[in-house]
Amino acid sequence: MSGVWAVFAREMRLAGRSKTEWMMPPFFFVIVITLFGLGAEANDPRLADFAPAMLWVAALLSTLLTLERLFRGDLEDGTLEQVCLSRTPLVLATAVKLLAHWVLSGLPLVALSAPLALGLGMRSDAIGVLVLSLALGSPCISLVGGFVAALTVGLPRGGLLLPVLVLPLITPVVVFGAGAVRSVQDGLDPQAPLYFLSAILALCVTLVPWAATAAIRNAFD
Amino acid sequence: MWTWFHRLASPPSFYRLAERLAPWLGLGAVVLLAFGWFYGLVYAPADYQQKDAFRIIYVHVPAAAVSLSLYSAMAIAGVIVVIWRIKLAECVVVSIAPVGASMTAIALVTGMLWGKPMWGAYWVWDARLTSELVLLFLYLGVIGLHEAFDDARAAARACSLLAIVGSINVPIVKFSVEWWNSLHQGSTIFKMGKASISPDMALPLYAALAGTFLFCAYAVLRRIQNELLWRERGTSWAKEHLSAVTVH
Repeated sequence: MSGVWAVFAREMRLAGRSKTEWMMPPFFFVIVITLFGLGAEANDPRLADFAPAMLWVAALLSTLLTLERLFRGDLEDGTLEQVCLSRTPLVLATAVKLLAHWVLSGLPLVALSAPLALGLGMRSDAIGVLVLSLALGSPCISLVGGFVAALTVGLPRGGLLLPVLVLPLITPVVVFGAGAVRSVQDGLDPQAPLYFLSAILALCVTLVPWAATAAIRNAFD
Repeated sequence: MWTWFHRLASPPSFYRLAERLAPWLGLGAVVLLAFGWFYGLVYAPADYQQKDAFRIIYVHVPAAAVSLSLYSAMAIAGVIVVIWRIKLAECVVVSIAPVGASMTAIALVTGMLWGKPMWGAYWVWDARLTSELVLLFLYLGVIGLHEAFDDARAAARACSLLAIVGSINVPIVKFSVEWWNSLHQGSTIFKMGKASISPDMALPLYAALAGTFLFCAYAVLRRIQNELLWRERGTSWAKEHLSAVTVH
C-alpha cells in the first residue's frame, strides 16, 4: 500500500512544482467556451441549446492536452521502469496514476463547467445534470486516454496519434453525457443516459487499468 | 493432441495451407458474387416502395455485415495475441485492419448513396450511421498505430490491445437500432423467426453475403501470407519459397 501512496504523493508533488502544466487545461476550457460565446451572436438564446455539446467537447479536448505527457516524462527519466520493477503491482500503480490525472485535470473541469454553463444561459436543473454527467464521464476520459497514452508512450509521433485514437473510443461517453443534459433541457428524464454513463465508468474502472498495464509492458518489450 | 494446432500456427505450414486454400476461396467468391449480383441487379423484382433503388442492398448489406464480423475476428485474434503471443495471430490482426476499413468505407458510401433518394439526405446523425463511422475510425486508428511502430511484434501487440478495447463499439453498432429510436430500418434477414423479405430478393442477397465473406477471407489470407513472408524474410523457408517463385 505504501508504494501506491508514494506514486500518488509523487504525482501531486510534481504537479505542485510545475503549475503551468496543470493550469493550462482549465484555462483552455474557459477560453474555448468564451470564444464560442463571442463567436455566436451577442446573447443568442440558441447558445443554451448547444451548450451541452460545446461544454462536453471542450472538456474532452482540454483533457487531451495533458494526456501525452502522462507517461512520457516517467519513461524518459526512468521512473516508469523503476515502478515496473518495484514490488508494487504495476496495475495498482497505473490505476493510481490515472486517478491522480483525473484529480488534477478532470475535477477542475467539473467544477468550472457550472459557472461556464451559467454564462451560456443554461437552466439551473440542466446545470446540475451537466456537472453530474461530467463527474461521471471525465474519469472515463482520463482512463481511456491514459490507456492510449500508455499504448503510444514510446512512439516518436505519439502526440499526433493520441487524439486520433482517443476520440473514437470516447464517443459513447460524449453521446450519453451530452445526451443526459439535452434530455433535461427537452423536459425528459435524464436517468437512462446517466445510468449508461455510470455503467461505462464501472467498466472503465475495472478493465482499463489492466489494458493500460499491458500497454506499458509492451513499451518495454 | 495439440500437435496439429502447433503445426497450424507455425509460419511455413500455415503459408502452405493458405497457398492451397486461397484459390478456392477466390473462386468461390467470384462465382457467388457473379451469381448474386447478376440475379439481384437483373432478375430480382423491384421493391414495391423503393423501386430499383433497393438493389444497392446487394452491396451495402454484405459490406456492412462483413465490416462488423471482421472487427470481431480482429479483436478475437487480438485476445490470442495478448494471452498466448502467437505470431500467426499477430499477422491476422494487422492483416484484417485494412480489409475491414475498406469494407466499412464501402458500407458507408453505398448507404449514403441510398440515403439521398430514400431519406432525402446523404447523412443523418443517426445512431447506426454514426457507430459505423466510428468503426471506420477505429479501423483507421489500428492501421495508424501499426504504421507508427518500428518493431513488427510490438506494433501487433499494441494494435491487439486497441482492437480489444475498441470492441465495445461492435455491440453498440449491432444493437443501436434497438437501443435508440433509429431512422435506419431494422434487420430483415438476421432476426428470429421468418425473414421479412421475398425469396426472389433473399436468394441473391444470401449469395452476395457468402461471396463477400469469401472474398474477405481470400483478401485477408493473402495479406497474412505477405506479412508472414515479410516477417520471416531472413529464414530459410521464406528464402527458398521466394527463390522458387522468382525462377518461374
